[in-house]
Amino acid sequence: MATETRTTQGAPPPGGVSFSLSDPTFRAIVYQILVVGAVVLVGWFLISNTLDNLARRSIATGYHFLEREAAFGIGESLIDYSPKDTYGRAFLVGVLNTLKVSIIGVILATIIGTIIGVARLSSNWLIAKLASTYVEIIRNIPPLLQLFFWYALVSDGLPPVRQALNPIPGVFLSQRGLRVPVPAPDPVWANMGIALLVAIVAAWGVSRWARARQARTGQPFPAGWTGLGLIVGLPILTWLAGGAPLAMDVPKLTGFNFTGGGAISPEFFAILTGLTLYTAAFIAEVVRSGIKAVNWGQTEAARALGLPSSPTLRLVILPQALRVIVPPLTSQYLNLTKNSSLALAIGYPDLVSIANTTLNQTGQAIEGVTMIMGTYLVISLSISIFMNWYNKRIALVER
Amino acid sequence: MTDNVQSVGLPDERPPANTVGPIAWLRNNLFNSWYNAILTILVLGLLASAIPPFLNWLLFRAHGFDATSTVCRQDAGGACWGFISEKLRFIMFGMFPWEQQWRPLVTIAVFIALLVASCDRRFWKPWFGLVWAAGLALVAVLMWGGVFGLTYVENTLWGGLPLTIILSVIGLAVAFPVSILLALGRRSNMPAVKVLCVTYIELIRGVPLISLLFMASVMLPLFLPNGVSIDKLLRAQIAFIMFAAAYMAEAIRGGLQAIPKGQYEAADGLGLGYWQKMRKIILPQALAIAIPPLVNTFISFFKDTSLVIIIGLYDLLGTAKAALSDPSWRGFYREAYLFIGVIYWIFCFSMSKYSQKLERDLNRGHRR
Repeated sequence: MATETRTTQGAPPPGGVSFSLSDPTFRAIVYQILVVGAVVLVGWFLISNTLDNLARRSIATGYHFLEREAAFGIGESLIDYSPKDTYGRAFLVGVLNTLKVSIIGVILATIIGTIIGVARLSSNWLIAKLASTYVEIIRNIPPLLQLFFWYALVSDGLPPVRQALNPIPGVFLSQRGLRVPVPAPDPVWANMGIALLVAIVAAWGVSRWARARQARTGQPFPAGWTGLGLIVGLPILTWLAGGAPLAMDVPKLTGFNFTGGGAISPEFFAILTGLTLYTAAFIAEVVRSGIKAVNWGQTEAARALGLPSSPTLRLVILPQALRVIVPPLTSQYLNLTKNSSLALAIGYPDLVSIANTTLNQTGQAIEGVTMIMGTYLVISLSISIFMNWYNKRIALVER
Repeated sequence: MTDNVQSVGLPDERPPANTVGPIAWLRNNLFNSWYNAILTILVLGLLASAIPPFLNWLLFRAHGFDATSTVCRQDAGGACWGFISEKLRFIMFGMFPWEQQWRPLVTIAVFIALLVASCDRRFWKPWFGLVWAAGLALVAVLMWGGVFGLTYVENTLWGGLPLTIILSVIGLAVAFPVSILLALGRRSNMPAVKVLCVTYIELIRGVPLISLLFMASVMLPLFLPNGVSIDKLLRAQIAFIMFAAAYMAEAIRGGLQAIPKGQYEAADGLGLGYWQKMRKIILPQALAIAIPPLVNTFISFFKDTSLVIIIGLYDLLGTAKAALSDPSWRGFYREAYLFIGVIYWIFCFSMSKYSQKLERDLNRGHRR
């Protein structure tokens, strides 16, 4: 054995693995078996303990509790929900609330972040300083503290319902949030939504056609204006065709709360404002570094080719800046989505908060936590996949 | 060809406008185009309408440190700093026994001294690890007590700023070696090790910290054998370590990826084994590159410790919120949140400035 070890040291014999620790291939296999073995052992230890503990506390495992009656109310919901519904439906309400705040938050944070990022590069000293002050303050304060502040601002800072502020007729601001008049239900609104979708598809088609025509003939076509006209015009035409309804559903004070109208709850306001402003500070930095990463020579070259400033930005600067911006922007979107779980602390019924109520009521701790984690993993992976697809589309194609 | 030579005299140019001095600065930086001029005036108007009321609230109409809540409530136009002076010790130290509160105060001082000293690159030597170990031992003695005549204080009574610092510093110190192993594992060419490390890192990074804290607070007791229990603080600390290890591993992986392949090959050429190669050649270079992102991880981590309020621990944010629930001081949330916001801001801002400075210093060798 000893002589064999010496002869095979360094290189495995051709056609097989030598069973000696001096052979790197064999050693790697041994290490991996050891590591996997250790992980399996620890996992088995934890699982057997868990099963033991569950049996002792007579908690039934499994997801059957999702079909039981939830018996707790939820403040706001995108779908019909009552305490008589199941835990499963309550969880779905939570997932939808998380998605609602995340999607609106991502859109607003991108807009605000881009404006602030560009403002930090402004030649105007005052604007640049103001923007960098904003970024430095917001980035360095915990998001949870900011959420608490926004929540307290509404729930403690505004008057009770009976003395609600009424800045514009029909708009009420109180501890219970914002109440605004909304258009009364009418079939024309659904038709306008359909018209908007049709217009977006048509605008996309026009821009494709325009690009193909320009590639073929060199003739530019004002696809942007046409698209804007379609997207604004088609829904308005539909509205006019539907009889131009103007009836509004105005909120009224009845008893201890308002009825009618559209509402923004203090919880939703706090979580949306907090997350948006916090993430916008990070997006501003991403946008700023992306713009700065594009060499000034690119702008000069575009000018030298005779491109006006708008196509310079659209066709030369932005495509290069986006390559730098998109990967860190993706992680900011993921952060915003994950931070929406802070909703629990101020009582916005997101999925974590509803899963928390569920696991407190049923004692199904493992199921509750795995449901939270699983949902977030699915959301995170979907955002990653979408942004990676987009990143690949805009990535530099090298020969 | 003499036509090309201009024979007509040009009209005299006006002398150049002032290019230095405050007027020129204003013209170049605030009014260099018509839209910038409009923006400047708009922003100045906005600041003029926002800053005086804020200063009035903060200083001129504010009630001093001796004001009571009844006085403050009668005139709500100014801040009530009496709230801060009354609740200062509770916010800073939580429920630590009143007459023993010099101990958490010294703890904070020890931590700040260690952190400030660690910023100096002259101390980046192995022996400084011993200084840290001694400092942490001192902190443990101060906070727990029970020896040297100090009374024993349960860790359920810890709170405020020391808790915030302990959670983040200990979390980071323990997570650091773990994260190095995870980063090396992720770049390993052993498939089983690689899959395990990638799964762990991506799993942790894909879920919010709250879900990990939940796991630690409601699932961890189920994982342990019957009769064994660990307290709430340690459970939160475990969740933080798991969380930090994944994020720091990604920062270190960035450093590892920045090392040119030639370094690995040269180490192999010298006949160094894997651990020797990593310890002597690769990691010293990779960690130096990874320090700025690691400091950024630390900053976000420091902010994230505020989440322990959700599982019922009283860190700095938790004590401030608890102070606000005192019926006689309800509603003074602006003062409370401004006060702790400033504390958090000082820590995070100085760390981020330090990280930027470090990045410049470490890049000096690569710049010409």
